Amino acid sequence: MDRDLFEFALRMGDNALILGQQVSAWCGHAPALEEDIALANTALDLIGQAKLWLDLAGEIEGAGRDADALAFLRDARAFRNALLVEQSNGDYGQTLMRQFLFDAWHFPTLKSLAASGEPRIAAIAVKAAKEAEYHFERSRDLVIGLGDGSEESHVRMQRALDLLYPFQGELTAPDSVDEALRARDVAPDLAAVKLETDRLTLETLAEATLRPPPAPVRKGGKTGLHSEGLGRILSDMQFLQRAYPGASW
Amino acid sequence: MSVRETHDARAFPARPARSGAAGKRASAGDIWRLLEDVPDPEIPAVSVVDLGIVRGVEQAGDEVVVTVTPTYSGCPATAAIRLDIEKALRARGFDRVRVESRLAPPWTTDWISAEGRAKLRAYGIAPPEPGGCAGTAAAPVACPRCGSLRTERVSQFGSTPCKAQHRCADCLEPFDRFKRI
Repeated sequence: MDRDLFEFALRMGDNALILGQQVSAWCGHAPALEEDIALANTALDLIGQAKLWLDLAGEIEGAGRDADALAFLRDARAFRNALLVEQSNGDYGQTLMRQFLFDAWHFPTLKSLAASGEPRIAAIAVKAAKEAEYHFERSRDLVIGLGDGSEESHVRMQRALDLLYPFQGELTAPDSVDEALRARDVAPDLAAVKLETDRLTLETLAEATLRPPPAPVRKGGKTGLHSEGLGRILSDMQFLQRAYPGASW
Repeated sequence: MSVRETHDARAFPARPARSGAAGKRASAGDIWRLLEDVPDPEIPAVSVVDLGIVRGVEQAGDEVVVTVTPTYSGCPATAAIRLDIEKALRARGFDRVRVESRLAPPWTTDWISAEGRAKLRAYGIAPPEPGGCAGTAAAPVACPRCGSLRTERVSQFGSTPCKAQHRCADCLEPFDRFKRI
């Protein structure tokens, strides 16, 4: 098996899956109908992308696991999502800030991956990039609107940024998998992605009158070392298949 | 969602026996015409062919292979569309039908036919402008009811992944806009 490629597909798929699962919890609870619809649609896009990535991971692995098996029958240590996406929803501002910090990485990453030398990755990336651009446009607008909004919204957005900003760096911190795939022309140079992610993030935050905190990068999820939150997410997401193995409709 | 099984039963050349011989008797063009009657499950005013999501029709022996492409990665209608296509072709005697999914090149709203755009407008949905690209900072959107260009976006997302919500400042009606991608 192509271990590096498998790991990479899992990372892309797990990021989309866990964020999609978290965002979907807002369905029926968002502060306005339009926001409810927007969050549900964002979650839907992410879960659709997760299916594409995880089906590819299963194909690379060649052990007969499909996206469903990978999503519902793995334990926390086998997940490869970054810590950012498993941070709790918090209030609406915290959910939006998490989305924005993710989108500012996701969109440039997918744009670069569209030129991947691995055609199956390029195909998913071209498709998903259109959706990610739309997500970025929305989360950027809302971060600016709420950051440079009322006193209360500003305080809440700054609090969310202080909490979540340290987790963004994991997405652009290369490890041996990233290096190996860059050398094979499968994945982009993360230094270039980081430049673009930082530019999109910092320009937006400046316009939103928000200040990123000086903080070390917090990481671990890419290699399977997760925070407590992931276990809770999985206990909810995987409940049905754990309680009734093989259930379908 | 349901396909009118009796619709145009006489127009189609002698309904083939359910023996699997259909593939040899119908041309790809005949199959395309059948697919023109398969509505999109969420926007029934347009067919799957109007939307440009059918990318190919092939016959391999007595098997019909229809290739479709998803509009959005997570569009819940994708599974229903596959089923509707299979049902529609089976109802016309094609016993062996396979629906395949193809991601690349990705679907763009430029593939919606001129007829499809007219049907969307008549149904009350502002069709996407040609010249597909992501993002929404685009040309003004004409109200599908009164044609006014004085419209504004209410929300970036709408009732399905492919639509956004707009409002007309002249006739004051809210309307769906098919997003351009």
